[in-house]
Parts: sequence; structure tokens; C-alpha cells
Amino acid sequence: MSPAAYATAQPLPADWRDFLALTKPRVMTLVVFTGLCGMLAAPTTIHPVLGFTAILCIALGAGAAAALNMWYEADLDAAMKRTRNRPLPAGRMGRQSALHFGVGLGVFSVLLMGLAVNLLAAAILTVSILFYVLVYTVWLKRRTPQNIVIGGAAGAFPPLIGWAAATGRIDILPVLLFILVFLWTPPHFWALSLFVRTDYAAAGVPMMPVVAGPRATRVQVFLYTLPMVAAAIAPWPLGLTGSLYGIAATILSLVFLGLAARVSMSRIEDQALMRDERRLFAFSILYLFALFGVLVADRMLLA
Amino acid sequence: MTPDHQREYQARQRSRAKVTALILGALVILFFFISIAKMS
Repeated sequence: MSPAAYATAQPLPADWRDFLALTKPRVMTLVVFTGLCGMLAAPTTIHPVLGFTAILCIALGAGAAAALNMWYEADLDAAMKRTRNRPLPAGRMGRQSALHFGVGLGVFSVLLMGLAVNLLAAAILTVSILFYVLVYTVWLKRRTPQNIVIGGAAGAFPPLIGWAAATGRIDILPVLLFILVFLWTPPHFWALSLFVRTDYAAAGVPMMPVVAGPRATRVQVFLYTLPMVAAAIAPWPLGLTGSLYGIAATILSLVFLGLAARVSMSRIEDQALMRDERRLFAFSILYLFALFGVLVADRMLLA
Repeated sequence: MTPDHQREYQARQRSRAKVTALILGALVILFFFISIAKMS
């Protein structure tokens, strides 16, 4: 068979943009930002090239986990309006390509982190990738409405990795940041899943609003916000940050708490009218960016 | 299949090859600077 005849007999190879889409670049921005802030908040400095490499590894690791998530969940993605245009459900890429890409990217990110930065950061990166893929995607997501509570830990690792990359150890502040992101995940995701719950229901994903209903979910959103606020403000009274962070964290957390309280009191059933839930979801993203940004500014002022 | 399909197939291959080359080039530069940073 001539090369031309062979080519025409084959399906089109996936475009490089589809491989990029597999890494969920928008989710990656938050991961990279929190990882960078964890690194910048550390008391020791890291060589800029090695710092850049560490952040690159965090981004590649997150991209690998996202690619493996899409590989495993292609059937779910096909059933949901929000995700049915992703490369696998849309048929623009074969499943095997996604698997090879995800595994290759994950192994590369861990090896590079271990060789260029340090073994502790590489070990935490490995745990975070495996946690997201095996614990969240494979084990929990289709089985329990608590999926994102436990699975949220996977997204909480980047500040820990950033700190470990700079210092080679783990201290109280990055652990508090881990707890903060861990507790932030349920209100953030449940706010989203409240106004896209028919999508999750259609795909058979047992998200909290699908299983327990909107009312119970709204209460859970508020209940998880309380310890999240405590974790956000805790570094200040513990003497780990200055008053700049303390005041900003208090104000931002009170706004978050107010929005969560409004969501908890809402009785709206029509998803199109869920303005409080959309507002909380949007603010939760701003909240995390602002909190980590102020943390870095505060730590730099203290240094 | 059609010549259009063949052209599209080859265009995809070319664009993937270009991106792969760019990534490999960037990695060469990165590994060079990592080596320098590790030695300093």
C-alpha cells in the first residue's frame, strides 16, 4: 500500500490542540497559581530556573491527571452537554492516544521534578496524580456523592508541592493551605453542580444535588464553608502571616460566608434562575486567587 | 477516500511534527539551564 493510500485509509490523527484540550488548561491555571504561591510563600528561595521547572512539573502533572480523567470518563463526558465536545466524546481522538499521552506526561513530570528539583516534591506530585486518577476518577466519582469531598484533596496538593520544591520539607503553613483548598472544594463544586445538576443526572454521576437534592446540598455548602473560613484565617492568629493577610482573609471569607448563607436559604428549583449559586461559584474562584495572592504579598512583606 | 482527506491528513501530521519539534527544542534549552543551575 502506498503512503498516500495508507493515509487515506486511516482516520485523521488528533490535532495538537486536542492534546492540549486533554490537559484542561483552564483548571490548570488555578493549580499553577496555587503551586506558585506555595513556592513564593516559602521562607527559602529557589533558583529561578529550578522554580520554573517545579511549576512546569506541577502543570504537566495536573495535565496528565486531567488527560487520564478524560480517558477514563469518555462515556460520562459524552452524556453531558458541558463536556460532550471534548476530544474523546467528539471522536477527534482515539482513547489509546489519550491514555499514552496521560501516562507519558505524568511519568515525565514526576521524573523531571525528582531529578531537577527534589524527591519530596516528586513524591507529593506522584501522590496527587494517583489520587486524582485512582481515588477520585476511578473509585469515588461514580459511587458516592462524597466524591468531590475526598477527591478535592487532589486539587489541594499544589501549594504543598510548591513549598516542598522550595524548602525540601513540609511545614504548618502549606498544610493549612492544603486544608483550605480541600475545604474550599465542596462549596465550590456543589455551587456549580446545583445549576448543572440535570447534566450530572443525565450522566448518572451521583453528585450531591442529584442524590440528596438541592436543599440538602445548599445546607452542606454552608456547613463546609464554616471550617473553610477557619482554615483561611488560621495562619494569622498562629503567627504564620501578618495582618495584611489576616485582614484580607477575614473580609474575603466573610463575603464567601455571606454568599454561602444566601445559597443555603435559597429555595429556587429552576436552574436557570439560580443566581446565588452562580454568584458563589464565580466568587469562590476569585476568593482562592485573591487569598493566595495576598498570602504571597504578606509573606514578602514579612521577609 | 478523497484527495481532500489526504491533504488534511498530511496537514495534521505536519502541524503535530512542528509542535513536537518546538517542544523538544524547548526541553533542550530547559535541560541546559537546569544543568547550569544545578552546577552553580
